[in-house]
Amino acid sequence: MPAETVQQLVESGQTQMLNQLWELQLKNGFINDDDIKKIAEQFNLSTIEVEGVVSFYHFFHRKPTGKYTIYLNNSIIADIKGFKRIKETFERETGAVFGSVDRTGTFGLFLTPCIGLSDQEPSALINFYPFTNLNAIRVKDIINALNNGATPESICDAPADNIRYTPPGEKSIFFKKFEDGKALTHAEKLGADGVIEALKKTELAGRGGAYFPTWKKWKAAKEQTTTPKFVVCNADEGEPGTFKDRVLISTQATSMIEGMMICGYTIGAEYGIIYLRGEYRWLKPKLDEAIDDYRKKGLLGKDCGNIKGFHFDIRVQMGAGSYVCGEETALLESLEGKRGEPRTKWFFPVEKGYLQLPTVINNVETFCAAARILEMGAEQYMQMGIPGSPGTKLISVSGDCKFPGIYEIEWGMTVAELLELCEADDPYYIQVSGPSGECISIKEKYRRISMLDLLARKDIRCGGSFMIFNKQRDLVKVLLNFSEFFKSESCGICTPCRAGNFIIQRKLERLDNGLANEKDLEELKSWGTIMKNTSRCGLGKTATNSLIFSMEKFTDYFRGKLDKEYNGLNLKFDMEEATEDYEKYKI
Amino acid sequence: MAEMVNITIDGKSIQAEKGKNLMQVAKENGIFIPSLCYYEHIEPPLGTCRVCTCKMNGKYNPACTEKVSEGLVVEVNTSELTDTRKALVEMMFAEGNHICPACEKSGNCDLQHMGYELGVSSTRFQHLFKDRLIDFNPQRMVMEHNRCIKCLRCVVEVKTSDGKKVFNYQERGNETFVGIDYEQEAKLTKEQALNAMHICPTGAIIVRGESLAAPFGDRKFDMESVQKDYNKKKTTHKNRPPVMGKKIVATVSLAGCFGCHMSLLDIDEDLLDVVELISFDKSPLTDFKEFTSRCHIGIIEGGVCNSENVETLRKFREHCDILVSLGECSVWGGLPSMRNSIPLSECLEEAYLNSATSEPGANIIPYHEDLPKILDRVYACNEIVKIDYYIPGCPPDANHIWKAVKNILWGEEYSILYSEFKYD
Repeated sequence: MPAETVQQLVESGQTQMLNQLWELQLKNGFINDDDIKKIAEQFNLSTIEVEGVVSFYHFFHRKPTGKYTIYLNNSIIADIKGFKRIKETFERETGAVFGSVDRTGTFGLFLTPCIGLSDQEPSALINFYPFTNLNAIRVKDIINALNNGATPESICDAPADNIRYTPPGEKSIFFKKFEDGKALTHAEKLGADGVIEALKKTELAGRGGAYFPTWKKWKAAKEQTTTPKFVVCNADEGEPGTFKDRVLISTQATSMIEGMMICGYTIGAEYGIIYLRGEYRWLKPKLDEAIDDYRKKGLLGKDCGNIKGFHFDIRVQMGAGSYVCGEETALLESLEGKRGEPRTKWFFPVEKGYLQLPTVINNVETFCAAARILEMGAEQYMQMGIPGSPGTKLISVSGDCKFPGIYEIEWGMTVAELLELCEADDPYYIQVSGPSGECISIKEKYRRISMLDLLARKDIRCGGSFMIFNKQRDLVKVLLNFSEFFKSESCGICTPCRAGNFIIQRKLERLDNGLANEKDLEELKSWGTIMKNTSRCGLGKTATNSLIFSMEKFTDYFRGKLDKEYNGLNLKFDMEEATEDYEKYKI
Repeated sequence: MAEMVNITIDGKSIQAEKGKNLMQVAKENGIFIPSLCYYEHIEPPLGTCRVCTCKMNGKYNPACTEKVSEGLVVEVNTSELTDTRKALVEMMFAEGNHICPACEKSGNCDLQHMGYELGVSSTRFQHLFKDRLIDFNPQRMVMEHNRCIKCLRCVVEVKTSDGKKVFNYQERGNETFVGIDYEQEAKLTKEQALNAMHICPTGAIIVRGESLAAPFGDRKFDMESVQKDYNKKKTTHKNRPPVMGKKIVATVSLAGCFGCHMSLLDIDEDLLDVVELISFDKSPLTDFKEFTSRCHIGIIEGGVCNSENVETLRKFREHCDILVSLGECSVWGGLPSMRNSIPLSECLEEAYLNSATSEPGANIIPYHEDLPKILDRVYACNEIVKIDYYIPGCPPDANHIWKAVKNILWGEEYSILYSEFKYD
């Protein structure tokens, strides 16, 4: 298919709806009924469909959101770094209450889950510009400045990259200087099969956390006869506590772009799309610049890098606030301008992906790693890490430690070493790979971090984040924060995830209030397992992971939370609370 | 001729067309896999309700999104899987506000039917009582959001003649609901509207002026189970030490209507046995106000709506070896729990101050130290004390009650007939 036609295909129809909605949202602060009608007519949809899309993404609003729209992060890391105080200060200074706009329509306050700045919490987005390391005085100053006419753009922070550690002795894979075009030239020399062979040899696997072998994915896409094909880069890292992709895009965008191009070259695709999460809108200019730069150098466009007949172009698609869109099939739906609901596994994306055409979706880090492997050669790459798990891994460290930030570790490092590097403060409970990952107790600190057999339970396979909690943190509060997150981020399409997360939250509240007994704990475990076995996508399947793991690992803690007077027959029931409403009618 | 493959379902070898939907293959071979969202001609399948979850080659997956392939080994009826499916159906009951006795679709409802087939007599989950609206705005239909299980059937299937969607999901997470487009809805033909009502597995889509009502017994799911061995399933309770002499039974009606007690009397000539075998202690039938002895069994009708109910229920727990929840209200709150999604103050003010019959300014909301205090919501009995058995129904079938009670007291084996197991 000629390149122009592919271009037309990806820039026409409903695929552009999200962009148009973004324009309206940014221009007016909300999307009004007339605009929804217009958009529906334009795309030949019923209004309810457009409304469905708008209501799915939490950065789209149907009511005005104020001249300055403030999104404060309510993730657990923000919570332990003083979220409550910041929240109060924002409310006091702006005169608005969270979830609404003040009377003058100047400030709109909203809560949002993790915005990818866990290393500099508390943080907020004001008109999508980042403000980090907030404290009460800083918040006051910001609001004052805005009231005095400053623009958020002019006073926002440039978030630090905080790359704290790379393997000593020039061994960094991700953060050394990247020579534009070199990896692509190497890829051409090897040919498509050679690239796949190199990926197979280096055992590169999906770094978003699923660890599906990359070579298998690329090979399957290569073998598809349907054209055009697509390369999609998943830059929707919504997992609370994870920010490695932010730092990669900020510092190594070119290696990511080239990784996508190599993929395109290998599978025979002509177009790539980067799905960037809405929270990272402030990174978009930088990314666009990098893409433009590649175009100018002749690396993107026609006959890229002087490879005859290899045409490839890339565009950036902004997400609009939805965690589940990090799930690959939900991401595809969102790219098509629809609600980000995960598809069933009836087809795989490599068979029928974006616009029902063969598509490879990989994480930012995977593309960066692929480019680096081609750049440095498989042999050199394999000198790092451990057998069966070569290379290095980026880990976002946050929470109770002195040096939160990005750690590029060689696979095989132990948890203890990592905790030492970041100077963790009396660590007790560590959440690996975000709320959907595994939680480990400090007793397991000698476990290695690798991609090796997860079932053996010897090594820890990490999707990219370490949230460290010390002994003062209440585990149930952490779990409640996670459960609130999953409850509101579930796409709502399947029963176990939509209803299950709600039900689990109620039960945890009971536990938190000291009303639960041993049977409640058993039920939590069994219900969590049911959700795991029956949910439609990874969100529901993993939502209760940390709950189940923590109940296995912190039995004493949970026992201490139980209702001690439970006699097996009478359940705890708070009569005072239950009759409180009626007591108002006391004469 | 399509390629045939060999698969195994619960140990049974089956030949099937390659790539065919497993739900279809199972159905053709007389194997029942419960499901709510699956609709034969929707492709790709919806895969939203997850009730058909089975084990495929050792992995959990819904049957409706599985294409059969050579050597596929499917497990359908293991105790774990049956329980999982039951849990999913229970989740739907707990999540929505499903009040069968007051629903137009009762008896013709797929959700209710799955409840019967899976023997759901109570939900293990606390009901969520989320406040949901009933949308009367559409011209032709009424959208009852309380009953929607978000199966996606109507979203995918119902379109106007010019191909536009009428229904679509709105919001996300636990706020998700199926929105209806008023403009497009008005364009539907009568047939299209009726089709929407019929493909809805619950009573969420109701077409104005159209009745679903049929006499009890003539409704779609009243009499026959789709599982051949349903009525053969014997239920037996673990052995209890035999009790000598007459069994002592206590009964009470809390926040109920006494309908369940009426149903008790419907066992007809078996009442003569009751007189021989049982003596009643505290019960409205004897009018004993206090317990006079320890009882073998306590039968509770009605949920818990005030402080007196709480005390009475606790007393029952103290004085009875076994407690049985009788009827919908007792099992999960039932009709009185319709107030649970509305603040208590609104309920009281509506009932005592603003009702059509009350004179403005003349009435007060009663409050006296001798009056029981009204709780913030209606609680199911198992939220206050441990309940041992549940008998659903509004009211429960008399035979069902008597069989269950006999079984508990004397360990008699019994089977509840499909037609005796009802929620309405």
